Amino acid sequence: MSWFILPTGDVLAQQLCNGLLLGSLFALVAVGYTMVYGILRLINFAHCDIFMMAMYIAFFTVADDFRMWVLSFVVVIIATAALGVLLEKSAYAPLRRQNAPKLSMLISAIGASYLLENLATVLFTGRPKTFPQIPFFVDMLQIGPVRIQRLAIIVPVVTIILMVILLLLINKTKSGMAMRAVSKDLETAKLMGINVNATISFTFAIGSAIAAVGAILWGLKYPQISPLVGVMPGLKCFIAAVIGGIGNVKGAVIGGVLLGFIEVMAVTFCPSISAYKDIFSFVLLIVILLFRPNGIIGEKLAEKV
Amino acid sequence: MKSKLMALTLTGVMAFSAMLTGCGSSSGEDSAESANTIKIGVFEPITGSMAAGGAIQIEGIELAHSERPTVTINGEEYNVELVQADNKSDKVEAANAVTKLIEEDKVAIILGSYSSTPSLGAYDVVKNGDVAAIGLSCTNPAVTAGNDNYFRICFTDPYQGQVMANYAYNTLGARTAAVTTEQGNDYSVGLAQYFKESFEALGGTVYEAAYQTGDQDFNAQITSLNANNPDVFFVPGNFTEAAMFIKQARQAGIEATMLGGDTYEVQEFIDVCGAAEAEGVEFSALFDPEADLTPLTKEFVQNYRDNNEGKDPASETALGYDGYNIACDAIEAANSTDPVAIRDALAAIDFTGVTGRVQFDENGDPTKEAVIKEVKDGKFVLKDKASVAE
Amino acid sequence: MTKSEHKKRNTILNLVMLAALIGFLVWGQEGSGFGTYNRRIFMTCCTYAICALSMNMVNGFTGLFSLGQPGFMAIGAYVVAILTVSTEDKKAIYMIEPISDFMANLHAPFFLALIIGGLVAAIFAFVIGFPVLRLKGDYLAIATLGFSEIIRICITNMQGITNGPTGINRIPNDYMNMYVVCGILALIVAFMIAFMKTSYGRAMLAIREDEVAAQAMGINLFKNKMLAFVLSGFFAGVGGGLLASLVGAIGPDQFKFTVAYDILLMVVLGGQGSVTGTVVGAFIVRIALEKLRFLDEPIDFGFWEYPGIGGMRMVVFSAMLMLVIILWRRGIFGNKEFSWDGFFAFFQRIFRRFKKKEVAE
Repeated sequence: MSWFILPTGDVLAQQLCNGLLLGSLFALVAVGYTMVYGILRLINFAHCDIFMMAMYIAFFTVADDFRMWVLSFVVVIIATAALGVLLEKSAYAPLRRQNAPKLSMLISAIGASYLLENLATVLFTGRPKTFPQIPFFVDMLQIGPVRIQRLAIIVPVVTIILMVILLLLINKTKSGMAMRAVSKDLETAKLMGINVNATISFTFAIGSAIAAVGAILWGLKYPQISPLVGVMPGLKCFIAAVIGGIGNVKGAVIGGVLLGFIEVMAVTFCPSISAYKDIFSFVLLIVILLFRPNGIIGEKLAEKV
Repeated sequence: MKSKLMALTLTGVMAFSAMLTGCGSSSGEDSAESANTIKIGVFEPITGSMAAGGAIQIEGIELAHSERPTVTINGEEYNVELVQADNKSDKVEAANAVTKLIEEDKVAIILGSYSSTPSLGAYDVVKNGDVAAIGLSCTNPAVTAGNDNYFRICFTDPYQGQVMANYAYNTLGARTAAVTTEQGNDYSVGLAQYFKESFEALGGTVYEAAYQTGDQDFNAQITSLNANNPDVFFVPGNFTEAAMFIKQARQAGIEATMLGGDTYEVQEFIDVCGAAEAEGVEFSALFDPEADLTPLTKEFVQNYRDNNEGKDPASETALGYDGYNIACDAIEAANSTDPVAIRDALAAIDFTGVTGRVQFDENGDPTKEAVIKEVKDGKFVLKDKASVAE
Repeated sequence: MTKSEHKKRNTILNLVMLAALIGFLVWGQEGSGFGTYNRRIFMTCCTYAICALSMNMVNGFTGLFSLGQPGFMAIGAYVVAILTVSTEDKKAIYMIEPISDFMANLHAPFFLALIIGGLVAAIFAFVIGFPVLRLKGDYLAIATLGFSEIIRICITNMQGITNGPTGINRIPNDYMNMYVVCGILALIVAFMIAFMKTSYGRAMLAIREDEVAAQAMGINLFKNKMLAFVLSGFFAGVGGGLLASLVGAIGPDQFKFTVAYDILLMVVLGGQGSVTGTVVGAFIVRIALEKLRFLDEPIDFGFWEYPGIGGMRMVVFSAMLMLVIILWRRGIFGNKEFSWDGFFAFFQRIFRRFKKKEVAE
């Protein structure tokens, strides 16, 4: 078997759809990483566990008969946003008040991540739970040669809508301006009378709410919930955020979609080395870091001397 | 103000944990003093990536313990105490956990672990110690090879791979098979490899693809494999990933038979996969509630259903149940609390449990027959009894 | 007390400590009340202390944020495993894909294997260092993490060399006793303390404090960063090799990127940039992990019976870690080394504060 295989047109069309769906899901979670990094210059390692908790919250709130799913989703999103703020208040705010170096915050993030994972193991046991399968989302559609779930259309649309809303929020509203100011210079923003703490909490709430949307869609597509379910998407989406240019919402979306395509195409063209497919992501990551350290469309960050 | 509150909380937590430490050690001494107690170590992954499997096995061990809380040695009744040691699904922790069980808790015999990874971590400690360990579902041949103290009550990867290859080729009449390996899981790599060898030796063709432990999207692999139009898919990974694989394959419109390994046999597999998508999945297993493997099976199954709202026990639960009983039998056969005597009694044991008859060969492996099971209407049903055909 | 008296006191105390340590090692041998389990914990602590020291070299001394340790540990561990497992055992272990005769016959005595493991890891560090050391801050961390994962994925897939996901077991542990492990740790600690007093060590500290200023002083940034990175790779390889021999079995899943977090926790808890702090941090983390096991078992309080929740130990462990980081973010030692002067000053401070309170009341 040769290592390179040229797929037929039908296969390729199917794979492009697969890649788009996976990439859009990556993008949704990557946005959360990028928002927190943009404002605090902090890799929020606990973001993937917020994602995991959102799935558990959804598991417990979505009722069996699915009629109320819109309402349940709203509850999930609000609860996850609250969890994100709680995380910020308990793990990061005390350190920020002490003017702690970034590394302490990072360790705190790792601690929070472990805490959430282990708490979930104790509360929900290690046995995987099944995410409610709402028929509206998971029905199969046949479009030409391609067979997809309705999700495959919903997810990219949701991703684009959320991205547009976020960009408007950041660039056109007052709280968006506050966010940009805090991200440029926290101290000066404080002097300008911006409520820095509220702005940061707001950012965490938004980032976590988007993670909740991502978790719901992810759960519908991959209906399995376990305490470590966030780890793999977390790592991939983090890579996606860096590839696109961490700190930049558009970059995170582009990075996510790109990563999704690469993962799928590696398997499409070289199935015999699909065991190495994760290496492709990492190699791309390192290449991007070396030649465009600020990501594909990342802005140049001023190094503070 | 806030920081004061913070400090107060911290002091509280610290004080609480200090209190726990104190109480923990004192209660440990108490139980050691009471004379008529014998300890069985439960060496399972409670946290980490294999926590799911560990939980299912502990369930079976605890069920057996509740039914048989005492053993008789020299006419005296001994209370059996289960001592859990979490191996965190990790080799370093596994070695420490087993050392603790042997050294600190002075257990008479050890049960565990789910999966071969922690069992291999404990390999050296068990080999150099005096206490026998009974692996419940560690199917890697390396666990018992060259180790006099490690036994197991399940079949091995090579056996299972051969069984499935024979079943696919001879019974299902498949000539082409797509095999996916969960790279990073020795169980999956082993099964895939032995399946491939046997299937090709029979004259079949194998197409391969791989995924990583923890992956959730398999559409790329599925689409590529399906381009070859294989007769069967063999997906011998852990059920957590395999369920998603099969779900996505069915959604992609693939109608070929899906084959798998013994990890499938948990309710969560069908839940995650979806009853419609899981329909017709076939796999080799050690146990079936309907296959009256031994006279004891029925009673066990009934008992389990009564306690679990009518749910059927998983193979892993049955293995945990058998593991506990075989340990108790070995203790009673040895008629002693001495771990070495128990080990010798275990090596010579002829045990009939709910998953079949166990007699150990020189490696410490049993000769067990596999059953082929199928998912039908959201339930596991017996399809066939299989063995390695000549 | 005069200065010379101080010095005399410190020398005496140092000698007492050393004697106590040696006494402990002699007492802790087989057949004593210390027990195999505690001996094992002690050796695990020493091994992780070595890995933590290797991370401290880059993260603490040079101020580079690297998460590549698991990859280097894996390389050291696999080299030691392949070189020390006997030929027959190797042939028996490699079940999926038989090992080549050349690989099966490779053999080296344990200590030589350990050094070779360190050297191979150092060579990898050198090769990786060329591209990644141009990066700064978080980006360096991400890139090193990426390389570490690449190494792990390659190890998982190279069946014929590494035996794939099953890993290698039956690694001999003839030399695994407290003297050897503690001795190697002591050697590395001594080396690090001495090294930091050389001009190379000073240059690293200068880079940590201020890269631009260091460059202006004529310090070659790249060369010194590379030196720290390679040395760190070497020690991580040695630590990984010891771990392989200690556990007796290794597999790729033992070297996931999360291991880097665990080691980072040890370094930060003890105090970044402090050799003694790092060692203490490693001991605290490993001992806490082991000693909190009682939380998984039932406890009878008399008035209330704690049912023994599996996994509780990890919850308490992570909660305690977070609190420690929030309250003592500089770690136990800050970036200072342990010294008797500091030790006594600490108690004097507490004493004084206590006195003040009494007066106030």
